[in-house]
Amino acid sequence: MNLRRYHAAVWDEPLIMEQGAPGRRGSVPPAPIEATTDLVPAGMRRVVPPALPEVAEPDVLRHYLHLSQQTMGMVGISLFGTCTMKYNPRVNERLAAEIADVHPHQDDSTVQGLLEIVHEFDLVLRELSGMDRFVFQAGGGAAAAYLHACVTRAYHESRGELARRTEIITTSQAHPCNPATAAAAGFDVITLPVEEDGYPSVAALRAAVSDRTAALMVNNPDDMGIYNPHIKEWVDIVHEAGGLCFYDHANFNGVMSRIRAAELGFDACMFMLHKTFGVPKGGGGPAVGAYGCTAALEPFLPGPLVERTEDGYVRRENPGGIGRVREFLGNVPQVVKAYSWVLAMGADGIREAADLSVLANNYMEQRLLAIPGVTKSFDHLTGRRLEMTRFSLGTYTAETGVTAVDVQNRMTDFGVDAFWLSHEPWIVPEPFTPEAGETWSIEDVDYWIDVLEHVLAEGRSDPETVRTAPHNQVVAQIDGSSLDDPARWATTWRAYQRKNAR
Amino acid sequence: MAHPYMPNSTPETKATMMRAVGVSDVDELFEQIPADHLAAKPLALAAGVKSEAVVDRTLRRLLRRDTGCAENLNFLGAGCWQHYVPAVCDEIAGRSEFLTPVWGTPSSDHGRNQAWFEFTSQLGELVGMEFVGLPVYSWGAAAGHAIRMAARLTGRREVLVPDTIDPERLAVIRTYCGAGELGDPIAVITVPHDPATGRVDLAALTAAISDSTAAVYLETPTYLGVIEADAAAVAALARRHGAETIVGVDPISLGVLLPPSEYGADIVVGTTQPLGVHLNAGGGVGGFIATRDEERYAREYPTLQVSLCDTRVPGERAFGMTLFHQTSYGSREDGNDWTGNSVYLWAVVNAVYLALMGPRGFAEIGETILAGSAHAARRIAEVPGVAVRWTSGFFKEFVVDFTGTGKTVAEINETLRSRGIFGGKDLSADFPDLGQSALYCVTEIHTEDDITALVGALTEAVSA
Repeated sequence: MNLRRYHAAVWDEPLIMEQGAPGRRGSVPPAPIEATTDLVPAGMRRVVPPALPEVAEPDVLRHYLHLSQQTMGMVGISLFGTCTMKYNPRVNERLAAEIADVHPHQDDSTVQGLLEIVHEFDLVLRELSGMDRFVFQAGGGAAAAYLHACVTRAYHESRGELARRTEIITTSQAHPCNPATAAAAGFDVITLPVEEDGYPSVAALRAAVSDRTAALMVNNPDDMGIYNPHIKEWVDIVHEAGGLCFYDHANFNGVMSRIRAAELGFDACMFMLHKTFGVPKGGGGPAVGAYGCTAALEPFLPGPLVERTEDGYVRRENPGGIGRVREFLGNVPQVVKAYSWVLAMGADGIREAADLSVLANNYMEQRLLAIPGVTKSFDHLTGRRLEMTRFSLGTYTAETGVTAVDVQNRMTDFGVDAFWLSHEPWIVPEPFTPEAGETWSIEDVDYWIDVLEHVLAEGRSDPETVRTAPHNQVVAQIDGSSLDDPARWATTWRAYQRKNAR
Repeated sequence: MAHPYMPNSTPETKATMMRAVGVSDVDELFEQIPADHLAAKPLALAAGVKSEAVVDRTLRRLLRRDTGCAENLNFLGAGCWQHYVPAVCDEIAGRSEFLTPVWGTPSSDHGRNQAWFEFTSQLGELVGMEFVGLPVYSWGAAAGHAIRMAARLTGRREVLVPDTIDPERLAVIRTYCGAGELGDPIAVITVPHDPATGRVDLAALTAAISDSTAAVYLETPTYLGVIEADAAAVAALARRHGAETIVGVDPISLGVLLPPSEYGADIVVGTTQPLGVHLNAGGGVGGFIATRDEERYAREYPTLQVSLCDTRVPGERAFGMTLFHQTSYGSREDGNDWTGNSVYLWAVVNAVYLALMGPRGFAEIGETILAGSAHAARRIAEVPGVAVRWTSGFFKEFVVDFTGTGKTVAEINETLRSRGIFGGKDLSADFPDLGQSALYCVTEIHTEDDITALVGALTEAVSA
């Protein structure tokens, strides 16, 4: 293998608060229309100016350019599993900029094109899922999970059963946002552990379900790439008990066009436009958790809903719904980008993307499992995994003392972005979860594997180099000892200066 | 033909991978999925459009039908405000390194973590707080989380909010506070305002507060633009009853308005959208939570936080996640509320904006907005039949009452729209006591000519 010579940009960039000089200006607002006497009520005027930096415009630009260069992200190779790192078409950035200066309270007549896109994209997601209506208000997947918990609350309240239906069932392989949002909405959480087959048994579900069951919140396939073949039976069991079933479609990429949530019996589902639908992640948003449900749950959706009428597209409130989970329609620029992505991909492209992502994962798997020390979660299961596989470095760590985090750090020295380990709880020791998706070339996938192979070999011959990695990065490995210490943590420069004053 | 987004979509590459995997048909790879789970029929979507030029034209044809605040003269605010966005903000927002990633290591994403730290540090300076979390979805989300923090801190289940609050934001808060008989919901109680001033009615607040009050939530400026001159008295009242004081602010006001820390706020929340983020049809909103750097508060944050820390190399700085364990990522349902994707890209943009503006920029923009909105209010009030509800003590937004014109706000706004003007947000449905009123927003982008154009159009509209 021939690894690239790589070194991250190092600018030793001071904080912006340490830069500039008194009197320098970066942005000058327009002068007031007229001179005024004091318009601020007594006692409410600021006396001490905020201690912000005074930096000239070119220096601000160059500072943040330096910071961008000191961020690897997808400029390297990012196979961050569970997040479906795929190409974000730049044409969509340009298109979404068309609505940069649109105000959310503008009259519907002025935004017919945008409302048509929102409605048409709703129809696309209905076709992909079989659901009857989508809303885009939730600002991420976790927000969509919370929205579902709130819809569940409203649904059971409308039936006079909320006092009794206090439990939401999930699994240990569901994303943490599912139990967390259920609890935040006031439910008690029952988490089913994974069993021998890679998922909780039907018997375990039956034992957990009762007339207290409000809902089931699950993903499928899970983050190990394992598909629960009993999911229709699960849905039936929960329905028989009077509960709702929510499909967290975070891992949709591998099953696009093959699975429809509504056909499996689910009442609601969620797609992440910033994962599956080609919308950039922005380092964690702005994002969209597109929430779809059957007609039975529509009355509980938050407003406003976008509808096509004889007089054009309108936004209407949804009386009796949960109100709002976030202000306005949602991150609609991301809806525009996702709609554009679907146009470009089409039915054939979506099918091909699912095929390629599963093919690429299986390609990775056969190469990775040939590397000494790499094992597969639940490796007694013979079925081919879907768009990702969870691996373990448990035996490797036992042999070398080098951990998955060490390996992750060392891989960044070769221009490879961090891999994902696992959400809590870890089911296998020293986990790692790559996801190749459909937009990383076979050359990039091979390079990623070459780097891992190199690092694992290095960890046997020279473990110290791996344990002390990275060495070619912007900064060295962090010393996290201060992070949870109230006397030392510092989320602002002012706090840092106070705590470190001599 | 290969698809431009999918490098492996050539027959040769697919064949190579399939050979390596040992399948002759990709369907074999989906063996885990039972046959009766498979979609009943193929996707009824059009075939993909591989030409970017065609995709671009198709979308543009739709979007070009729309008209926005760049083409029209806009006076809408009400939770999303048109401020000037410096070009450097857009340049940085579009950088691929910030636009596209998920999470890296603290070493390989050092630049982004530093930008986040510069966001929290600079915002902390504006609001006067030393502990600042990474952003949340919106002002409403921030207020909702802060109220839940206060409930956990005090063990109480009631929050008092002003009745002048944005109904959109109040709806979000109610969603966050729970409902019905489930669990232990937080009761959201609205407190009336003084009709003479628009400020919270202190007597009513005094009557409403009790030993059950977890927090008093106050905004300044309020949704209706009013500066809460009695904020210190409100905070003192809350403290006497053992309640937390949560203050919601628009940070662009804080070059001229007192930071909430100086009148007794315990938790400060607000919007980040005015700080360099476009309206984006409502997709530009963002929120923040800030407190004193006290363990009592820090341990209740639901958000992620970056903390300045050391590396293995003496003297070198890095930024790591502090108090990660108390988030939902760390502790699932045992964590504080929940977190996930938020508006982290906007935090980078906010940092750029804060740095560009500096202390003088914030003082000046505050003065410009105060003067411009006062000027506009005075001139609008000269239009026959039109009144301004509270003629002083406001920032950026003010209530214009058209009741005396005999026309509805909807009628007025329709006439304005035909003249290329977006009139203020119609308040008549949400605040019936205010009659046919609208909330007008004047920022640094408005010139004297703009106000003259508005007044001219309003004069025509009321007599039409």
